[in-house]
Amino acid sequence: MSTSYRKALFVDNLRREQILEQYSQGRRADGRGLGDYRELRIQVGTMIKANGSATVDLGDTRVVAGVKVAVGTPFPDTPDEGLLIVGAEVLPIASAYVEPGPPDEDSIELARVVDRGVRESHMVDMHQMVIEEGKKVYSIFVDVTVVNVDGNLLDATSYAVVSALASAKYKKMTLKEDKVVELEEMSSLPIQTIPVSITTSKAGDFLLMDPTTEEEAVQEARLTFAIANGQVCAAQKGGQGGFSPEQVLKALDTALLKSKEIEARIREVVGIAKEGSSP
Amino acid sequence: MNLIDENGLRIDGRKLDELRPVKIEVGVLKNADGSAYIEWGKNKIFAAVRGPKECHPKHIAMADRAVLKCRYHMAPFSVPDRKAPQPSRREIELSKVIREALTPALILEEYPRTAIEIYVEVLTSDGGSRAASITAAAAALADAGITMRDLVVAVAAGKAQDHLILDLCDEEDKEGQVDLPVAYMPNLDQVTLLQMDGFMTRDEFEQAFNMAKEACKTVYKIQREAVISKYFGDSMPKNKGA
Repeated sequence: MSTSYRKALFVDNLRREQILEQYSQGRRADGRGLGDYRELRIQVGTMIKANGSATVDLGDTRVVAGVKVAVGTPFPDTPDEGLLIVGAEVLPIASAYVEPGPPDEDSIELARVVDRGVRESHMVDMHQMVIEEGKKVYSIFVDVTVVNVDGNLLDATSYAVVSALASAKYKKMTLKEDKVVELEEMSSLPIQTIPVSITTSKAGDFLLMDPTTEEEAVQEARLTFAIANGQVCAAQKGGQGGFSPEQVLKALDTALLKSKEIEARIREVVGIAKEGSSP
Repeated sequence: MNLIDENGLRIDGRKLDELRPVKIEVGVLKNADGSAYIEWGKNKIFAAVRGPKECHPKHIAMADRAVLKCRYHMAPFSVPDRKAPQPSRREIELSKVIREALTPALILEEYPRTAIEIYVEVLTSDGGSRAASITAAAAALADAGITMRDLVVAVAAGKAQDHLILDLCDEEDKEGQVDLPVAYMPNLDQVTLLQMDGFMTRDEFEQAFNMAKEACKTVYKIQREAVISKYFGDSMPKNKGA
């Protein structure tokens, strides 16, 4: 059952008012403007046992994503498509407010929203991830480990997952007498586009980007858009408050604009140049 | 599958911007403090509210407000393939987004140290079940007498065969290009749930979003009448609100 009770950082009313007062002057506690992201650092290939991996630092938020390519059986309704499964776990080392145990609703939402961005953008051409149609396909597992929490997990996780997928290398496989045989040849995943998630946070009447944990404790709601090829491909609102229709469109315009810069960063790191084509 | 025919009619004969029939009844469950039953197209959904009541476990009680709990659950026979009765990841996420869609309407500070529980049981699912669930749950909350700022209504818009469409049915949800559920408080002009999957340009998004928002105002009238008619029957006051 979903419960509004959260073990989370408590920000008292005085501090809350101070933060909102700063917002009204266009400032933030760490010196940023309302629309500024913290320093973003993306490293790929950080985990050598994975087929692909990425470590993303967004300010003090640190997220590691690892890709494992395995063999699976396709779903009966999509015999000609590989499988993609995104999982996320926020570790007890990452935050004082996390305890060990199965993923809670926040982790499940995190994984599902990031999954939606990757899936709906058709980032990986799943039709190419087939070993033998209807029998064996590749299943791509992307698992996310959140190492340190300081806000904006949705965006940081999305960048880590996308970078890990875009830099993954795996051994092709083939079926010989119903047995899966690994070939020597290494391949990259068939990447068609780079989806970018941009979250707008709302506190009081202010819209801002990339909130820290303290700012998230003050925020009323958040709105995430995944952008690919200059279009929206996924969205998710979260939090206890609402957005006015104008704020929704403003958040979308911001996402469309900001995503270009982050897409360029990811493309640079993974070494995939932008093509003129769309999926 | 052909979702839209040459006359611009959809698989169930509707026009592109036409809602399915919506029927809401309030106060249908004797053992709940508030309840509602909704039939929206082929969706059949019960929503029950229990509380404000003692909060369990006690340590999650909040000193300044009520804790809101929500469970969205689908019956094993609600979909073509039997759904395992234990909560799926989808149901866990939906429980959360439905709770967050309803929270902005509630004045939880009125009920410190208590819990308010919302149970949504989907008996038949037919596309747009989260929208129908939110609409029913808001009516059930009003029926329970919980202080509210506004009702919450939800409708999905989307895209199929490059046409923007309203209120997706099952086939359109599965075979179509985009699903965009929106929950909205009509009097406060606030969007409390927004999800989306599939590709749309910015202008398509704005159009579909506005389409869903305007449809929310239509469903709001049905929802409001359902709540009022439980108490006033046929002699209900007309023409208030949006």
